Amino acid sequence: MKVILYLSDYIIPFVIFYIVAFGMLMRRPVYDDFAEGAKEGAKTVFGILPTLIGLMTGVGVLRTSGLLDAVSGALGRWTQAAGLAPQLLPVAIVKLFSSGAATGLALDIFKNYGPDSPLGLAVSLMLSSTETVFYTMSIYYLSVNVKKTRYTLPGALLATAAGIAASIFLAGRM
Amino acid sequence: MLNGIWAFMILAGIVWAALHGNIAAVTQGLLSSAADAVSLCVTMLGVVSMWNGILKIGERSGLIDQLAGRMGPVLRFLFPRLPEDHPARRSIAVNMIANVLGLGWAATPAGLQAMKELAQLEEKRQPEIRSGAASREMCTFLIINISSLQLIPVNMIAYRSQYGSAAPTAIIGPAAAATAVSTLTAVVFCRIMDRRSR
Repeated sequence: MKVILYLSDYIIPFVIFYIVAFGMLMRRPVYDDFAEGAKEGAKTVFGILPTLIGLMTGVGVLRTSGLLDAVSGALGRWTQAAGLAPQLLPVAIVKLFSSGAATGLALDIFKNYGPDSPLGLAVSLMLSSTETVFYTMSIYYLSVNVKKTRYTLPGALLATAAGIAASIFLAGRM
Repeated sequence: MLNGIWAFMILAGIVWAALHGNIAAVTQGLLSSAADAVSLCVTMLGVVSMWNGILKIGERSGLIDQLAGRMGPVLRFLFPRLPEDHPARRSIAVNMIANVLGLGWAATPAGLQAMKELAQLEEKRQPEIRSGAASREMCTFLIINISSLQLIPVNMIAYRSQYGSAAPTAIIGPAAAATAVSTLTAVVFCRIMDRRSR
């Protein structure tokens, strides 16, 4: 676990060093490229602001109405047996369909329990190691008119379940 | 899909609140959530723009192409029946490298291109069957893709720092380990299915 945590500290500086050095070797105007990329990044963030407002408002309604707690409470009996905190199950299910909505729920966990709490760490890892299964499948398969997806869905769900299990296991050891 | 989820959150939440006398709290929740979204975006503006700028240098200097060129052995292992000189190889390699680096905008076009090329390959293989069924390569490609390959979850780091984490980047190593577990599971599953359906 120690090595993995070291990796956390070193990887960003290492990747940045590698990319900038590579750019210099290739005689690229690295700062100009950076500025252009940063501009695109800023545009992306401004672009998601409206959807983020929508999603966080939606989750805010779910939370303050008491419905989210009621659902988590009802799920609690079932999830506890599987070693999953009841708050994580809605995130896991929603993530299969929409990354944005799952992010909204995760931010709600950050707000209520803190990002460094056991729940906050577990949800951070879960969302970082899984993808939107149904959304991705529909985009890719619709683009080539494939209707029989054979073993794609079982495989994708199995990989996602493995990612969630690993996330919970690792979060418990951080 | 999101339309349904979002409408459900709003409508079910309001009905539930009305039945349980939480309507005033909901009004408060609506207002503060909208404000939270804006302050979150301010944090993200810095982190995401910085990271995007760095990755742009990598893209422009040909780093992605170079890394994609080194994917040969991996692709041979994952797609044993894909011809050595097939154009889908390159698209798959670019898609995977872009996903590892967290370059969503570069990953999706390359991924769609890969699907198109894999579909053409399948048509050549079995021209008589136009069933619209996924080929083994398509299944493998998508399962690996969905298993998540991202090495550095930049958005999550930004969210964590916005909500006051003492160590927003502490999750990078464990997240990479969890991603490795899900991807390895996907690889093993695909290899087993690949053999069974032979």
